[in-house]
Amino acid sequence: MRVPVDWLREYVAVPADATGAQIAADLVRVGLEEEGLHTGGVTGPLVVGRVLTREPEPQKNGKTINWCTVDVGDANGTGEPQGIVCGAHNFDVGDLVVVILPGGVLQTPQGPLEVSARKTYGHVSAGMICSERELGIGDDHDGILVLTRRFAGDDETLARLEPGTDAIPLLGLDRETVEINVTPDRGYCFSIRGVAREYSHSTGAEFTDPALDLAARAPAATEGGFPVTLADDAPIRGHDGCDRYVARIVRGIDVTAPTPRWMATRLTEAGMRPISLPVDVTNYVMLGLGQPLHAFDVSTLRDGITVRRARAGERITTLDDVDRALDTEDLLITDSGGERALAIAGVMGGADTEVGPETTDVLIEAAHFDAVSIARSARRHKLPSEASRRFERGVDPQLAAAAAQLAVDLLVKHGGGVADDEVTDVGSPAPMAPVAMDLGFPTRIVGVEYPADEVVSILESIGCEVSRDGEVLTVVPPSWRPDLTTAEDLVEEVARIDGYDRIPSVLPTPPGGAGLTHAQRVRRVVANTLAGQGLSEVWSAPFVAEERYAALGLDVPAELARSVRLANPLSDEQPLMRTRLLATLVDSVRRNVSRGARDVGLFEIGLVVDLKGEQQAAPTEDVGVRPSDEVLAAITAAVPAQPRHVAFALAGERDRAGWWGGGRGADVTDVIELARVLGEALAVRVTTVTDSVAPFHPGRCARVALDDGTVVGHVGELHPKVVAALGLPARTVAGELDLDLLTTAAEGAVQAQTLATFPVAQSDVALVVDEAVTAAEVESALRSGAGESLESVTLFDVYRGDQLDAGKKSLAYRLAFRSADRTLTTDEVSALRDAAVAEAGRRSGAVQR
Amino acid sequence: MSGPNTNFDPVEVAALDPEAVDAAVSSALEAIAAAASLDELKALRPAHAGDKSPLALANREIGALPPSAKAEAGKRVGQARGRVNQAFAARQGELEAERDERILTEEAVDVTLPTGRRPLGRRHPIELMSTRIADLFVGMGWEIAEGPEIEAEWFNFDALNFDADHPARQMQDTFYVDPPEGGLVLRTHTSPVQARTLLERGVPVYVAAIGRVFRTDELDATHMPAFHQVEGLAVDEGITMAHLKGTLDRLASELFGDGITTRLRPSYFPFTEPSAEMDLRCFVCRGKDPDCRTCKGTGWIEWGGCGMVNRNVLTACGVDADRYTGFAFGMGIDRALMFRTGVSDMRDMIEGDVRFDAMFGMEI
Repeated sequence: MRVPVDWLREYVAVPADATGAQIAADLVRVGLEEEGLHTGGVTGPLVVGRVLTREPEPQKNGKTINWCTVDVGDANGTGEPQGIVCGAHNFDVGDLVVVILPGGVLQTPQGPLEVSARKTYGHVSAGMICSERELGIGDDHDGILVLTRRFAGDDETLARLEPGTDAIPLLGLDRETVEINVTPDRGYCFSIRGVAREYSHSTGAEFTDPALDLAARAPAATEGGFPVTLADDAPIRGHDGCDRYVARIVRGIDVTAPTPRWMATRLTEAGMRPISLPVDVTNYVMLGLGQPLHAFDVSTLRDGITVRRARAGERITTLDDVDRALDTEDLLITDSGGERALAIAGVMGGADTEVGPETTDVLIEAAHFDAVSIARSARRHKLPSEASRRFERGVDPQLAAAAAQLAVDLLVKHGGGVADDEVTDVGSPAPMAPVAMDLGFPTRIVGVEYPADEVVSILESIGCEVSRDGEVLTVVPPSWRPDLTTAEDLVEEVARIDGYDRIPSVLPTPPGGAGLTHAQRVRRVVANTLAGQGLSEVWSAPFVAEERYAALGLDVPAELARSVRLANPLSDEQPLMRTRLLATLVDSVRRNVSRGARDVGLFEIGLVVDLKGEQQAAPTEDVGVRPSDEVLAAITAAVPAQPRHVAFALAGERDRAGWWGGGRGADVTDVIELARVLGEALAVRVTTVTDSVAPFHPGRCARVALDDGTVVGHVGELHPKVVAALGLPARTVAGELDLDLLTTAAEGAVQAQTLATFPVAQSDVALVVDEAVTAAEVESALRSGAGESLESVTLFDVYRGDQLDAGKKSLAYRLAFRSADRTLTTDEVSALRDAAVAEAGRRSGAVQR
Repeated sequence: MSGPNTNFDPVEVAALDPEAVDAAVSSALEAIAAAASLDELKALRPAHAGDKSPLALANREIGALPPSAKAEAGKRVGQARGRVNQAFAARQGELEAERDERILTEEAVDVTLPTGRRPLGRRHPIELMSTRIADLFVGMGWEIAEGPEIEAEWFNFDALNFDADHPARQMQDTFYVDPPEGGLVLRTHTSPVQARTLLERGVPVYVAAIGRVFRTDELDATHMPAFHQVEGLAVDEGITMAHLKGTLDRLASELFGDGITTRLRPSYFPFTEPSAEMDLRCFVCRGKDPDCRTCKGTGWIEWGGCGMVNRNVLTACGVDADRYTGFAFGMGIDRALMFRTGVSDMRDMIEGDVRFDAMFGMEI
């Protein structure tokens, strides 16, 4: 909402020296947030000049320009006359004009224009003599602005005009407009009237409600007014779509009469373009008082007006020339005995009855429409308008007659029309519902001692009628405050008018909590561990394209079945919620590489969607109602499962090259190690088993499992096709684990064992096995065969080559034995080793080399 | 070697002559002192202390002396050999010390050489901020609650008193899950955790919820479609707006230092009444630049919304609203990071460039 300060001053006694910034600060205090501060945008030097010479010079193109010298006083720094080329002819030597000197800025439809001295028509023109339009203070562009004419009759101003005088305040170009943000509960502040009232609350400045005088002058309903019938047979939520309709007719208007300059200026400053007198008047009343109006061409209306709901299948062509299908919830203004739709009430008029250049008689509609009805229609037809914005936030239902009166006054005065004596005013809005509040309630909620008389006086100051019965107040809110329906609403009024800055700062004293949860601590451990392993944490928006799943080589239908789709994605290309973090993590890898990084290690912890079965609809419920347990269960059940995952990716060198020697490229063992390291960090045994799933290289992929076989995820080298499809560095390795599963597995305390202190005995064995036999199988067999005394198994060499048959490999292990209760003898160690080897032989065909 | 010669006059044995002994000692000491290395010293040993050295040979003669002369000669030769051996040991020690020192000197390395075989990774600074905030609340006796990001409309809106027809519901720039009538959204704020918490835990309750939220904003320097909030909810008997202010002031001073200036500004949210916005003094211009682009010249930056939990929210969550009051707030963590560290472009936060993380440590 843009509030021209000059307009504000009409309704409230703003101190003469108050700046726009101060006004904005005063409004913030009562809850109207400052969005910005605007002025005309013209910056100086812009000064009064006296034309000293004017020499017409005909040009080859047929135009005649004037080469002028203008006295601008000392404004140009020299006191010498300023040479300026001017194309206009409506001035003479001796006239006082407005000159913008080099460095000054004018606003043009194309944006700001900084004026500079430039060569033109054979002269150096050091500035411009300005027209009204160039200065943004009028539409006159036929000639330049001659001050002696503009201020003719205003002797006081004329006396001040001297060459060099700053013309910015002179022409009102320093007029300020305060732009504020109006919260959705304060519909009445979408008007200068409402903002002026709030300014008064904030500063104590005297407020004059412009509606009071208008309402007093507005005639009551008469016989013979334009017939209007309110016929809402399907109120929404029990509220009539229209509970007040005032119609006034002004006849014989010259719709081509110019809108007065002051009104056009205010409209422009408030952000609306002046269009024509009738339109400008309706906009002016809406901005000034907050009551949206509609103007109909009386000659196009047939019979009376009926306000009713749309019928099934009914259509209307709105002012924007769009043919619209109506919904039976749409409230319509109709005529012809209710047969012809004229407008979607409170949202947009129709083309049939629009006021046009031929119009002479105008019907002004000032109605009160139900907020919910208008909100739904505006949303349904995607027609948010200045009118609907106000109606859906609540318009003062007592305002209609006053607003219509102002419109009539302005049309009569500036359009030369005559108002009908007959007045239509039908409907009777429900009176404001009283709200009961304990006197001590504001103090109980806010924590500030509010004396009883202060509570009462604040509520009265905002327009409430307050009656007191002991400690209980009965408060009837003013008609413009439909948002005040509960005692808490009144508390806010007391607190904000008294000032939020009066609220003290007190720490509450909770009874004490249990600290972070296990899952929260696990998350920290995992993140810190991965960072310690050299990976950087990233996060990304969870939106992916279907094609991404294809590029990852995944079973697309299966991924789609687990995913949900956004109805209004930011990009139509990325409508899906990710089912895995890797789907977006790869983008971060690629971005780092494209920005010049060669060695990249990233991880992300986040939620993914894992829809089980069909997507269920989640019930909704009216506000302020606790749903039944069944409904609540249905709501909760409809929210798709969203497990927390951790994903990581490595590209380039895992160990960097440097002056110390060469580096080592990341390979699949690095991500296997990360999975194992996370297991170690959480004291959870994880095993890696050969697997072959997308998006991984079929021969370089491991399933990560818990001891009980639960699969927590996969790690591996990305499939070459995936790497190619996504433009990733060759041999990028990655992994993704279900952090929730790891978290559960990490629950419970580790049970400690006494450390054995007897000497350790080591024995090395080299075992020849088929290539297909995995290290894990052999190790498992060794452990099983050696029994409890085997403390550790270390694979220290893998050999393939001439000394072995084709298709064989040799695995060299160091076995370390230790007993808890004695020193093992050499013979015992040999026997244990032989048992281990025998078991390896039995299970995996291993032969000792 | 000669056998005992009882008739022999010991003084006439040249090797035992005191002068000869002294000469042998002098010669040895001179040579030892001149030895420049352990190898040289080792090479001197046979000549001056070996079996064939003059003093060893002299010693051998003692046995042939008459008993009366043995003592004196033995003492003389013994002392002489002692002096030589001592000199050897001393010089040995000196040379070893020199050698050790030389080795250490030679082993010195350039400690300014770059390192970095495996550079440390980092936590994301938003996560570090979240950690810090969580720790603050835990320290105050609160707990940390969580909720899903794909959320039921009921939790995101209805439970929070966002009427289906209220403009506020339309102002949230909500991502809807298809089909739009299916009642699922991407949570637009962390506030649904309020409702979940009240339903699950009951009252009294003091919880903070930290997490990711979504709005349909295109990514640019000041907007992200996904961002982070810390939600606070305290419902207990006797909770007032003063407690809200106290808690937020504490959070602000913890994150931005004691000098931070805050203000509560009246505002509107369906789920709180009275409602407020908490603003922070602009960290760029401190309220002194009317043309400041960060605060648009207002001198203040909006940090988040807050207020006293609306009666309708308490009722929807089964709480006795006549007995309990509560406050709630939702503050931007991304904005807090910008405040604390001067990050000026939000894209740096979300694009996953490792250089961003690397500017920070593991604590923020």
